[in-house]
Amino acid sequence: MAPPPYATTTERGWHYIFRFLCGLIFLFLIGPILVIIPLSFNAEPYFTFSEAMVVLDPAGYSLRWYEDFFTSDAWLGAIRNSFIVALFSTILATALGTLAALGMSSRYMPYRATVMAVLISPMIVPLIISAAGMFFFFSKYQLTQTYTGVILAHTALGIPFVVITVTATLTGFDHTFTRAAASLGASPVRTFFKVVLPLVTPGVVSGALFAFITSFDEVVVVLFIAGPEQRTIPIQMWSGIREEISPTILAVATLLVLVSIALLTILELLRRRAERLRGLTPN
Amino acid sequence: MNKHIKVLGMAAFAGAFSATAMADSLTVVSWGGAYTASQKSAYHDPWTKKTGDTIVNVDKAQAGLAGLRAQVEAGNVTWDLVDMLPSEAQIACDEGLVDIINHDQDLAASPDGVAPSKDFIAGSLSECFVPQIVYSNIIAFNTTMFSGKQPSTMKDVFDLKGFPGKRSLQKKPINNLEWALMADGVPTDKVYDMLRTEEGVNRAFAKLDTIKDNVIWWEEGAQPPQLLADKEVAFASGYNGRIFNAQVNEKQPFQIIWDAQVFEIDGWVVPKGKMSKVKAYLSFATDTQRLADQAKYISYGPARVSSAALVSTHATTGIDMKPHMPTYGPNFKTALHKNDEFWADHLDELTERFNAWLAR
Amino acid sequence: MTGLAATSGNDLTTADGVPLKVSLSRAQRRNKIKAVLLVAPLFLFLLVAFILPIFDMLLRSIDSAEVVTHMPNTVRAISTWNGEGVPEEAVFAAAAQDLAAGSRARTIGKVASRLNYEIGGMRSLIMKTARKAKKLESGPYKAALIGMDKRWAKTDVWQLIKRESGSYTLSYYLAAVDHKYAADGSIEAKPENLQIYVNLFFRTMWMSGLITLLALLLGYPVAFLLATLPMRQSNLLMILVLLPFWTSLLVRTTTWIAILQSQGVLNDLAVWAGLITDENRLQLIYNKTGTVIAMTHILLPFMVLPLYSVMKTIPPTYMRAARSLGATGFTAFRRVYFPQTLSGIGAGSILVFILSIGYYITPALVGGQSGRFITNFVAYHMQQSLNWGLAAAIGSLLLATVIVFYLLYNRLVGVDNMKLG
Repeated sequence: MAPPPYATTTERGWHYIFRFLCGLIFLFLIGPILVIIPLSFNAEPYFTFSEAMVVLDPAGYSLRWYEDFFTSDAWLGAIRNSFIVALFSTILATALGTLAALGMSSRYMPYRATVMAVLISPMIVPLIISAAGMFFFFSKYQLTQTYTGVILAHTALGIPFVVITVTATLTGFDHTFTRAAASLGASPVRTFFKVVLPLVTPGVVSGALFAFITSFDEVVVVLFIAGPEQRTIPIQMWSGIREEISPTILAVATLLVLVSIALLTILELLRRRAERLRGLTPN
Repeated sequence: MNKHIKVLGMAAFAGAFSATAMADSLTVVSWGGAYTASQKSAYHDPWTKKTGDTIVNVDKAQAGLAGLRAQVEAGNVTWDLVDMLPSEAQIACDEGLVDIINHDQDLAASPDGVAPSKDFIAGSLSECFVPQIVYSNIIAFNTTMFSGKQPSTMKDVFDLKGFPGKRSLQKKPINNLEWALMADGVPTDKVYDMLRTEEGVNRAFAKLDTIKDNVIWWEEGAQPPQLLADKEVAFASGYNGRIFNAQVNEKQPFQIIWDAQVFEIDGWVVPKGKMSKVKAYLSFATDTQRLADQAKYISYGPARVSSAALVSTHATTGIDMKPHMPTYGPNFKTALHKNDEFWADHLDELTERFNAWLAR
Repeated sequence: MTGLAATSGNDLTTADGVPLKVSLSRAQRRNKIKAVLLVAPLFLFLLVAFILPIFDMLLRSIDSAEVVTHMPNTVRAISTWNGEGVPEEAVFAAAAQDLAAGSRARTIGKVASRLNYEIGGMRSLIMKTARKAKKLESGPYKAALIGMDKRWAKTDVWQLIKRESGSYTLSYYLAAVDHKYAADGSIEAKPENLQIYVNLFFRTMWMSGLITLLALLLGYPVAFLLATLPMRQSNLLMILVLLPFWTSLLVRTTTWIAILQSQGVLNDLAVWAGLITDENRLQLIYNKTGTVIAMTHILLPFMVLPLYSVMKTIPPTYMRAARSLGATGFTAFRRVYFPQTLSGIGAGSILVFILSIGYYITPALVGGQSGRFITNFVAYHMQQSLNWGLAAAIGSLLLATVIVFYLLYNRLVGVDNMKLG
């Protein structure tokens, strides 16, 4: 977009300076994430670019840290745990959250704002406080150091994301569709599956993705309530960073960036699909 | 109702996981790094070879007491054996978090039949505690950081003009206060008397103030060798075995300052209710041969008198281990024995003061 | 559905003869029940898995059952003591009995740990006496206990036991605001060299404020650009905002370590470019700078997204109208555009601020000593010093602060208007 035709010369100058500044901010946002990718191929056990890397000498690059990662029982166990915990907590959070969002988007829901504030609170309460509370409370019921405990905790943390995204989808939802379906003779169940579900699915899926990444990325609560058997990827990274930083962590980080790119792509496709569907609505 | 069913289902599912992990396996909590590696080579691997039991190492000894409290309170003890310092072991014992050990019944006698209660270093056994090693807290430096005169005493560590560069110290009052006083000229046998007085504590903090701006605080035992190797610091406090490991196995140009070393004992406690499960392993891992074997991998002195004669050379490089031991004559001249009772009493208040001092 | 029929008088009724009012309110109640039933499972789940745990933590911060549980006789006997001098023989006898019993049952260590938080040295006093008390067979106990350790003749030891003999205590909250009980039971500030939490609390607040401000300064132009560019370009650039948002927190923290540490990318670059010498590498991490840079980066998307969603609703025609009426570009922006974005600024700033004061991982990893937050002490007391009561008290104060800002957010923005991505 060029500056508007009525802009003065100073304004044109401003316009380009503004663009340049925005460019720098985007660099600040994305640069750090891109920097670690080449660093993870460093042949040396350092966190910086070696001379061989700078001159693009192939000897400066190596896959040794990836090899470390894929041959380490600790890391592979952590991947397994992360997926188990994230999967189960996502299923629970999505099921409970979607039901609740259907209720929350009803005009008849009493104390709507207050209830919403409570449902969102796991996202707002500092994790360290949730973690300490869960540690005390779960201990009493033998839930610390168990998969069950970690899954329940992560479900609670993932719920706000599901509630927010699904409610947002339902708010944009045009109720004339259900009325139209009903007036054309569809039963409520048929209406739900044929009309409501296809329209809210993108919201549900993106809520589920949020819940998944929340659990997959969570470290504080796991740190407090998990035992050695429930070591997840973030825990493994946390202790790696605190003890000795080896570039294996950079290799893991690179792989995790790929995971987030994949999730983001799915989300973007969903958004486009939703927009297309919404495009059919009269307003 | 709904929720109950869900919880039950989850519990069944989680149970399936833990059941497979628990079969014939001991969860042993220790300090990680070179130390756990030496235990693995000297105790775990031979035990696995002998019995087929697998041993799971957990590097959580830094938070050992916290973990024990949490697990006992939760009634869900998952650790089978924990490596601990005697002061924490005493607290764990007093609070009933660990089993009482009947040393002569539960442990192995020496090869010539000396009972365990006579064979371990005098005064090192206590109700709930079996010692393994004598180790030392020392300060080491990277020799390549000093071109001229090399430091050799605790005074040098506090001498920023003579020996510039960052220092890395453990983020705890323990050892640091002792060192500050010794560097300030307090004789070894007066250190704890001094620290029992307000003036003594003030004097220690005043001495630490002189280097405070140049200190990077470490929290995990693996950090000091790392910081020294990366030349992020010139001096770092640490456990002598970790530094030895870096010197010998990683060929790092480190040197230990044995002056004013603070030595103490380290050993095992058995979490509440685990005695019958770990008795056989504990007896094996603390017998004369195993403790002597450990000294092949790391420069910590065995806690049994009968093991001393069996200490020989380093397993991979073949160097003589004796001069690297904290108890070796020339190293031991100005050594200070850490006073566990003093720290059991004053750790809370001195840590509070230390944290406040750090934050200022 | 229900058809309408006019019947006698003014009352409207449905086809089956029920007054319309009744029928409507019945339908409304049905809908209400339906909505509540849909929300109920989640609400109950959160109650058990989230809200009760937090209440449990609040309870911990005032719970002080150790003394009354493990020294019941002493607590009973000491209740009549007036707090002056040294208690009478009966109190000593009860104490000797409790200590001996506690030593046999190995429960007395809990009392020792609890009292040692208040006065250093109580641990060894209790434990030593308890071990010896097992051998005491008859009185007088007063002389016997003082004979074992002369600290039993000190008034403040007994005052402490008396003060902590209830089931609840305020000691942890006092400690959390750098205060304590004086010997006479009044409340006083701790000596200056022991004060720590209040300062840290304010440091957390102002650093979070700084992070919020930086996020706003960086986020505003980006959101503006995204909102004014054509859809296709802005969607593309939006990915640059969303990718960090979706990338693991630990990954982003790790990458800042790689960039900022003294042997890291940025310092290497500066040395290579000749801006600094190899010996004078900049200390950009393990201090306040490190925390501020890394956290601004991590929280920036939480600023951009709400700003963007507000800016998108502002029609570009307003600015053009202002221009055509003679305003300069800057005036048009200041007088017309900016005021309309205030709600977005409020939403983004409060959100970033709330998230920031509760952050733990990033300050712990890159904050070093000076860049730590109050959360680090919650973790420290949970995991290292094991003073769980104090951890809970500090945590409760932090929670109260967060709730205040959350209510403010709710009032300004409404939580149901929160959007993600």
